[in-house]
Amino acid sequence: MTASQIVFLLSAALIIGSALMVVTTRKLVHAALWLVAALFGVAILYGLLEAGFLAVVQVVVYIGAIAILFIFAVMLTRKEMRDTGPQTRRSWPLAALLGLLVLAGLVFLVLDMPDVARTAVEIPAEVDTVGALGQALVSPEAYALPFEVASVLLLAALIGAVYIASGQKKE
Amino acid sequence: MNIPLSWYLILAASLFCIGLYGVLSRRNAIAILLGVELMLNAVNINLVAFWRYLDPAQMGGQVFAIIVFAVAAAEVAVGLALIISVYRSRKSVVADDIDLMKW
Repeated sequence: MTASQIVFLLSAALIIGSALMVVTTRKLVHAALWLVAALFGVAILYGLLEAGFLAVVQVVVYIGAIAILFIFAVMLTRKEMRDTGPQTRRSWPLAALLGLLVLAGLVFLVLDMPDVARTAVEIPAEVDTVGALGQALVSPEAYALPFEVASVLLLAALIGAVYIASGQKKE
Repeated sequence: MNIPLSWYLILAASLFCIGLYGVLSRRNAIAILLGVELMLNAVNINLVAFWRYLDPAQMGGQVFAIIVFAVAAAEVAVGLALIISVYRSRKSVVADDIDLMKW
């Protein structure tokens, strides 16, 4: 058991535990805060995988923007079903069964993969992964077009969100 | 870096299934979106793990993860705007109550 394995297991426990709290806790504000904990665990995993840029983006975009947006939405709509009434559908055992079945299938497939116990390849010392990522995102031979399409999608989605949420217009 | 690849894949599979359970079992539309976020994160863990374990010189995995970030942000913005808009007109965030367009 090496240090990185211990860090992995601790963050895996953090991720799984907080994800279970996200889907089971009754209070939605608490669920959103548990989501922050789970996202933070995923950021630790990105750090372990030596994807430092993604770890930072995870904290800034997911925790800083998306989770806060969730908390805002919960607070704007919380008068309804705050703590009363069931929080899950009547068919939740079916959902749990389906989740377990999908999990069993995925684990079976993973363990069936060739060479799945491999360990990470060394990153060559002269390769600067953050710099290479930046160049891949803007070079036309690599991923410039998907990057631009994603930015147009984000712009369109945000304009649409502002229009939808802005409420009744005066006729 | 002596963590087997399978650990990451199994962790991502469990996270995906927890998110799936949340999406299928919750009544509140916002809680359903929380489950979708968990599923998107599971996919991202897989993408980055494959990038690291197969060929770190090819940046495709990380680029794809960044595009998933952008799509997740767009999805949350539009989804929450729709939920707030529905809540304003129908005073409910329960997914079963929002059946205006259901045949």
